[in-house]
Amino acid sequence: MIIQKNPVMSAISLIANFFCIAGLYLLLRAQLLAVLQVVVYTGAIMVLVVFVIMLLNLGDEERLSERFDIKKIVGVVIVCGFLLEMVYIVGFSPDTAGQTQLSPNAEQLGQIEAMGSAMFGKFILPFESTSLLLLAAIVGAVILAKKRP
Amino acid sequence: MITLESYLSLSAILFSIGVVGVLTRRNVIVVFMSVELMLNSVNLTLIAYSAYLGEITGQVLVFFVMAVAAAEAAVGLAIVIALFRNRQTVNIDEVNILKW
Repeated sequence: MIIQKNPVMSAISLIANFFCIAGLYLLLRAQLLAVLQVVVYTGAIMVLVVFVIMLLNLGDEERLSERFDIKKIVGVVIVCGFLLEMVYIVGFSPDTAGQTQLSPNAEQLGQIEAMGSAMFGKFILPFESTSLLLLAAIVGAVILAKKRP
Repeated sequence: MITLESYLSLSAILFSIGVVGVLTRRNVIVVFMSVELMLNSVNLTLIAYSAYLGEITGQVLVFFVMAVAAAEAAVGLAIVIALFRNRQTVNIDEVNILKW
């Protein structure tokens, strides 16, 4: 996705990536979130992104005159160092409580009943605050994108 | 056998790819998509821990992260549209009025 010139190809690669991540959620027995990933991320956010790309009629991103920009190389090197550090932490940490297989109640956890009872039980405050956040986002998006008369 | 470490490594790799996308690309919509990729890698970490430790908290947090990401997508793309309407470009190198 990050090396495509055309932003539409980039968006399509990201859509494929989101479908793969939804499949991974199914492997982890998180059925509700797999469906939500497809519906919300792929079906709403990426469709919105593709709409905006088409609306602005963006062409291919022009490359700089030379391909080897020093800023990009420094960025990639720093991120490689960051990635090596994360892989070191994951690989050489003490055994994460001996977890080599899924927890026995992972089946019930991913179902909608468990998520619903958690959402309306322990997590009622974030749930209601999210509705306020979505209201603010809707109003903000409409105002920002309006044509000024 | 798929251990927890495999999911964490995959999440780290996806996160790094997202960071490279944010640092390297000049199109503001591709930068935005790289941020979404980073959010998805964190979602994968949360769900992996939730499945391997038997807690529901990770999955509920992913639900809220998805809601926040949707709200941020709407507002961010509205900003991009307003930006394009004023400056006729989506190249972030040219959006530099705030530089001193």
